[in-house]
Amino acid sequence: MSATLLTLSSLSKRFGGLVAVNEVSFQVAAGEIVGLLGPNGSGKTTVLNMISGSLRPTAGSIDLAGARLSGLAAHRIAALGVARTFQLVRILPSLTVGENVLAALAFRSKPLWGREARDRADALLEEVGLAGRGEERAADLTYIDQKRMELARALGAEPRLLLLDEWLAGLNPAELRLGINLIAALREKGMTILLVEHVMEAVRALCGRAVVMNAGVRIAEGATADVLADAEVVRAYLGGADD
Amino acid sequence: MKSAFVWVALVLVLAALAAAPFFMQAYGLGLLIGLMGYVTLASAWALFSGRTGYISLATVAFFGIGAYMVAAFNEVLPYPLVLVVAALAGLALALVVGLSTLRLAGVYFVIFTFGLAELVRQLVTWYEINVTGTLGRYIFMSLGPEHIYWQLLALAAATLFITWRIDRSRLGLALRVIADDEVVAAHLGINLARTKLALFALSSVIITLVGAVQAPRWTYIEPAIAFNPTVSFLTLVMALLGGASRLWGPVLGAVPLFLLFEWLSANFPNHYSILLGLLFIAIVFAVPKGIVALVETRFRTNERAFRPVAMEAEGKP
Repeated sequence: MSATLLTLSSLSKRFGGLVAVNEVSFQVAAGEIVGLLGPNGSGKTTVLNMISGSLRPTAGSIDLAGARLSGLAAHRIAALGVARTFQLVRILPSLTVGENVLAALAFRSKPLWGREARDRADALLEEVGLAGRGEERAADLTYIDQKRMELARALGAEPRLLLLDEWLAGLNPAELRLGINLIAALREKGMTILLVEHVMEAVRALCGRAVVMNAGVRIAEGATADVLADAEVVRAYLGGADD
Repeated sequence: MKSAFVWVALVLVLAALAAAPFFMQAYGLGLLIGLMGYVTLASAWALFSGRTGYISLATVAFFGIGAYMVAAFNEVLPYPLVLVVAALAGLALALVVGLSTLRLAGVYFVIFTFGLAELVRQLVTWYEINVTGTLGRYIFMSLGPEHIYWQLLALAAATLFITWRIDRSRLGLALRVIADDEVVAAHLGINLARTKLALFALSSVIITLVGAVQAPRWTYIEPAIAFNPTVSFLTLVMALLGGASRLWGPVLGAVPLFLLFEWLSANFPNHYSILLGLLFIAIVFAVPKGIVALVETRFRTNERAFRPVAMEAEGKP
């Protein structure tokens, strides 16, 4: 087992009277892909938002390799090595595809700019399957290509931790295959990834471990196959007599 | 080669403009001073508002502060030092305003900046009445109009040069990312508050200097003159007409509009405000993205581009 990269301790988020995330704790080791699962509304995206700095935790803490993330602004967390994609893809519509990636290179903790940055952006676009399309306008891309571009942008930051929020949702079977291969290739390179996903095929193929949430609480954690067979997890997804 | 040609052309234009006072009557020079003032104001305004999308109506607050610093210090300090004091006063005001308002979004920022300009005017009025004892001040300086014009020309050239440099820098990219999506910008590591504050301060200091340099033209100033809100609106509409996110947009908007306003105020002094209002509305409806973008779109369509030109994203997420 390699060293722990990300540690969530008793993390909670309340919106007024609603407890979206309730005392959630888990760890992610360097180099592993962990799936964060659960039915809609279970608080998965809220957890990602707290890690990336979109939301501030109400209580609890988040640490990345010894550095306290909780309480920091999003740009400080990005500088410490966390990058993400968004559940509803967020492109920079008035920029070109290349500039979308360039933006990640220019503002990371070890910035790239000029010729070097353009070459790197081209290489990243090639990696996600958008070779030679840097001059196109981001707003003109199809949905899948926007998702690819968003991934290239996240990779451009050279993160220590990559957060993917339903990055594989909405793809057709062929695209899904490509998407899974793309993420598997990142794992080969040693990237640490925490992904929120509903596509079980992808979770089984990619995630060594999984954490399952329901109604803001962590209900299971462990090897993916075991977790998915867990009675409480099945009940959370399919509903049970006692619900 | 092409860029060398452009630079030579620009230097020649600058030289011709610099030589203009030697061939002009007083009226023509006065017109050029006003024109150069608005070219600089619109360009400096667009440097911040055009690039971040934060529409500021505080232009005249800084412009007026610049003029008042000259009125207050021109008899006790040498002129270059007066300009430094004015710039510092503008910077201080920009930092206070920026720190307290740049978290506001959209129309709240617009309203706040408009209110700020009024607040500054009322504060200066209160100070003059209660502390100085008189409402107006006289500015007697031995600067000829051609010196004022040259200073404004230099300031305009510097503003355009700075804008050009910024547009090509990481800061320029940061601004475009912020204008598109602040959440993404923060997640890419861009410090939103610092970036916006730095640019607001730069833009505001230039605007303050325009007020300071133009102040001797008035000889007599009082708050109603120096803090006339029309200055803020004219600046905004000039920049919008030309295209506030483009380097040359504000210049292309300022030149025709300034001449038109001069003509209107000379020929229709009683209906000037009404015509001005109608013109504002017409511009916002007819060329919402500015002349530069309009021409580019036409040009590209005529060239039968491969793809239809998608307009700037109106419906950003």
